[in-house]
Order: sequence, then structure tokens, then C-alpha cells
Amino acid sequence: MGKYILRRLIIALPSLLGISLILFVLLALAPGDPFGELATNSNVPPEVREALRVKFGIDDPIFIRYLRWLAAMLQGDWGFSFASRINVDQLILQRVPTTLFVVGSSQILALAVALPVGVYAAMRPYSIFDQIANTFAFIGFSLPTFFTGLLLILIFSINLGWLPFVYRVDIPATGWLWHWEYFKQAIMPISVLGLFQAASYTRYVRSAVLDVIRLDYVTTARSKGLNEGKVVIKHVVRNALIPVVTLVALQMPAVFGGAIVTEQIFRIPGIGSLLISAILANDTPVIMAVTFVFACLVVIFNLLADIIYGWLDPRISYR
Amino acid sequence: MAGSTHASPIADVVVPLEGRPRHISPGYEVWRKFRRHRMAVASIGVLTLLTAAVLFGPLIWRIPINEIDFTARLAHPSWDHPFGTDDLGQDLLARMLYGGRISLAVGFAAMAVAIIVGVLIGAISGISRGSVDAALMWITDLFLALPQLPLLLLVIYLFRDFLKNWVGPEGGVFILIVLVIGAFRWMPVARLVRAQFLSLREKEFVEAARALGATTPRLVIRHILPNSLGPVIVAGTIDVAAAIIAESTLSFLGLGFPPDIPTWGRLLFDAKDYLDIAPHWALFAGAAIFLTVLTINFIGDGLRDALDPRRVM
Repeated sequence: MGKYILRRLIIALPSLLGISLILFVLLALAPGDPFGELATNSNVPPEVREALRVKFGIDDPIFIRYLRWLAAMLQGDWGFSFASRINVDQLILQRVPTTLFVVGSSQILALAVALPVGVYAAMRPYSIFDQIANTFAFIGFSLPTFFTGLLLILIFSINLGWLPFVYRVDIPATGWLWHWEYFKQAIMPISVLGLFQAASYTRYVRSAVLDVIRLDYVTTARSKGLNEGKVVIKHVVRNALIPVVTLVALQMPAVFGGAIVTEQIFRIPGIGSLLISAILANDTPVIMAVTFVFACLVVIFNLLADIIYGWLDPRISYR
Repeated sequence: MAGSTHASPIADVVVPLEGRPRHISPGYEVWRKFRRHRMAVASIGVLTLLTAAVLFGPLIWRIPINEIDFTARLAHPSWDHPFGTDDLGQDLLARMLYGGRISLAVGFAAMAVAIIVGVLIGAISGISRGSVDAALMWITDLFLALPQLPLLLLVIYLFRDFLKNWVGPEGGVFILIVLVIGAFRWMPVARLVRAQFLSLREKEFVEAARALGATTPRLVIRHILPNSLGPVIVAGTIDVAAAIIAESTLSFLGLGFPPDIPTWGRLLFDAKDYLDIAPHWALFAGAAIFLTVLTINFIGDGLRDALDPRRVM
């Protein structure tokens, strides 16, 4: 297993390099000179401008610029945020935990809904329950997150007044009350993101379980006299989860995309809302760094999925 | 094993041979299977209605989209304004009909881009062996792992002004959004096409054509490609829905089309600050996106059942 994890790590590295290359090429291809403002500013003498260009290596060959940029990114030297007057790595580190909390809880919620519903629907295919679950799944992944977010705010914050619609970091309470307030403000963002994912996961789980449940080894397990719960949980679900893990890993980019939207709607201070405000403020270093962090998060979650995959199906890790 | 479970309720239903006309065209066969998916058939009706409304609606409902009327600010739905008005008193029905054209156009154009790129890469990868195939599949996997929305935002941020100066504000953003959304959605198509190619190129009819002296391009275009299009059509349908959601998301974040072009996402973006006094503003635009995406997804599901009747086991 250790060897398998190491191998997956080595495979993940080239994709990170590929992503960094794509990011850099985009930045290099983009029209506009980072020193454009300096060029038009008549207070900057031409020799200073030239010295700055040499210092930052603007005129070097693109390959050398890429290597230098990559080295700086890897060392955590992500530049300085023009808008927030703070180093970019500090700014991002402040905000990553919030995003991870929202995304992580919503994934747990999504799986907690999708697994039981999908398994139960597959055990009784084309029953009333299956049809209702299927219809809800279709509605679920056809409802864009930005619309469900607004709908929930309209219902629970404006009409009923139960939940706050702005996510606050500084809750004026302590102890249990603080936790309660925190829980209340996290309900809506997490359920928007979680239920959207749950809809597609339910369909994956259902079809994966359907693939497995009629196999001969399940019949064997039943005829041995195992009770139905044990058959389903130990024999069916474990094998059915293998394709589900792959599909969930493929959904990771979409999950982080959804996180950007939810953070924006509920004003959660995570890296998604940081990205949007940086774009609106033309804060290029922050935009590049946040995009890179999102790419890293996707790769890390894919790695995690690979490890779970190896644990679920030992044949894979021994290959 | 006695029983087998179908992947879908309509897949591969046994029809008695007697009393059936002998010659059934493949197109009719697909329609016959598609028809069993009632939600998909209903969805075609709803989607046709929506498209017709968006295409011909502005010819009938002739209030200009930018007619400002401060006496009717944030008016609730009435006979004068069936969908109400926004904060400048502009008629929301007119604006939604106009925005729908853009949303649907972006959806279909981005789907076309995704399909063309996907089929091209999938076909090249599927027909060539060795390093070309491996390299193309590595790129495909890399794109699948890219965080799409952040990159979409980054590309639009970096290139928006350039294209705006080059093609004009509306056209430039349209081209940019279509290309970028398409560029992030071709990977599933490429994978499907490659998988089809890998199995089809070993089939007897391809072997026979090759034995008769057909060149590789002819094999691909005449024999393999037409047979691999079923899953591509399904993926393309789903792509339209995904592209509409992607465009609405960009507009909702305030980073899509310019503010004076009322796409559905943009309407939601503008409406979100008035949720408490004018909920109708957000509800109609959101419902339009939802209905379009839902019907397209149902049609995709129906097509999957009709074109790709996979049996479990």
C-alpha cells in the first residue's frame, strides 16, 4: 500500500507541472504588459523602467521565465496583493481553512444523502421510491447552485427569518452559543453545495449498485444465510463504491467551482470569494495564486480518491 | 441467473416479431425507443416552446429591453408587465426573451466546439497507437483535473479587453465564452470516441473494408466514425445544459457579458440585491434556467436510453 501511494504521488506531480505550465502560458499570452502602467507614467524615468525590466527578467526567453516563475511558486513566494496590501500566501492561508470546511462538510452531506438513497433505490429498481429519487436527482442537478442559494435565502432568511444569510467570522458569542450560531450560518451554504452534488452521486451509486447486486457472489452470500443488511453493506456496497470513487474524483473540479459560487452568494470569506474580488480589483498575483491553489486542491483530492480506491480494491494497489 | 436488471426501464424491451413491419429505418427505431421515455418526450415539447418563445417572442412582445420607466420601478407581475419590472422599470419579459437567445446560443455553440474538439482528439487518439495516443490521453486527463471555473474566470479576466477591442463588446465576449466553455468540456467526448474507436477498429466490417483497400481516412470517416456517434450525441446534449449553466454562472458572478446585455444569469446577478422587495425578478430568470437545463437533461437521458441501450449484466 505504501508503494502504491508513492506511485500515485509520482503520477500526480506531472499533472501539477502541466497545470502550472497552462497557467503560465495563459499569463504570458495575455495581452497587456505588467509594466504597462509604468510605461505610461511619465514620472518614471526610462532608465528606471529599463532596470526594472531587467530585474524582473521580462525580456528573457519564455522557458527561463517559466522556470523562474515555477521556482517562486514552489517556494511559496506568490507575490504581493495590490488590493489587500499583504503577501499573497498569507492572504490565501487565512482563507483556505474556511473553503476546506465548507467543501468538506458538503461532500460528507452529499455522500450521507446519496449512499443510502442510491443503494435503496437500486435494491428496488423501478419502484415508486426509485422513481421519486430519480426525479429528485434530475431536479437536483438541473438546479444551478446560484439559483438554489438565492431560493434558500428567500425562503429561510427573508420569509421565515430563521437563518442568517451572511457568513460571519466574528460571531459575537462564546461557548455553546458560538457553535450554535456557526452551525446556523453554515447550514445553507453547505446544503446548497451538498445537495447539488448528492443529486449526481445518487445516480452514480444507484447504477453502480445495480451493476453489482445481481452478481453470483451476492446470491452466494444470501444463500449462506447472511442477513440482508450484511449482504448489502459488506458485499454489495464495498464493490459498488469502486466506480463511485472514480466518478466522485472526476467531480472535484465541479465541486470547487460550486464552492466559488456559494462563497460568493453567502459572502463566505474563503478563497472562492477572494478570487472574485481579486478579479474585480484587477489583482493579478492573487488571481494566479488562487487558481493555482484550486488546481492543487483538485490534484490532492484526486490523490485521496486514488488512495481510497486502492483501499477498496486491493488488487489495484498490488498491480 | 434467471433475472437481469436493465439499466433503464425502456432498454431492450422485447417486442414480439409478428405484426411488425419488416423494414424499420434506424431513425424510426431510435424514435420508437425514445418515445417510451415520457419525460423526455414532454421535455422536447417544453424546450421547443421555450426556443420558439425566445426566437419569435420579441417579434410579438415589442417593449424594448432598455425602455426605462421610473413610475413602474420593481413592479410586481401585472398585465402590462407579465414578469414585472426591474429597478429601472425595464420590462422583465422582454429582457428575458432577449437573454434567452444568448443563453441558448452560447449553449449550442459551446456544445459544437466541445464536440468538434472532442471527436477530433478522440478519433486521432483512437486510430493511432503508441505515443500519440498516450500523449493525447495524458492531455485529456490533465484537462479533466483542471479547476474549470477558476480557469474560466482567469481566461476571461486576461483576454476580455483584448477581444473587446478586436471584435466589439458583445461579439468578443460571446466568442470568448463559447471557446473557453467548449475548451473545458471536450474531454468526456474525446474519451467516449476513443473507446468506441478502440472497439470498432477491430470489428469484422472494418477489417473487410481494409481488406478491400480502403485508406485509413476513408475507414475512419465512412465506417468507424458514423458508428461511434451514438454516445457522442448523448454527451453533446448534456453539454448544452452544462454550457448554459456555465454561462449563467459567469454572468451571475458579474464576469460574463457586459451589464447591458440581460442574459438569464445577469438578471439573477442584478436581482439578488432586491430579493426582499422584488423576488419575482430572480424567480422568473432562475426558473427559466432551471427549466431549460432540466428539459435538456431529460432529453439527453431519453437519447441515452434510445441510442445506448446498455443492459446491466
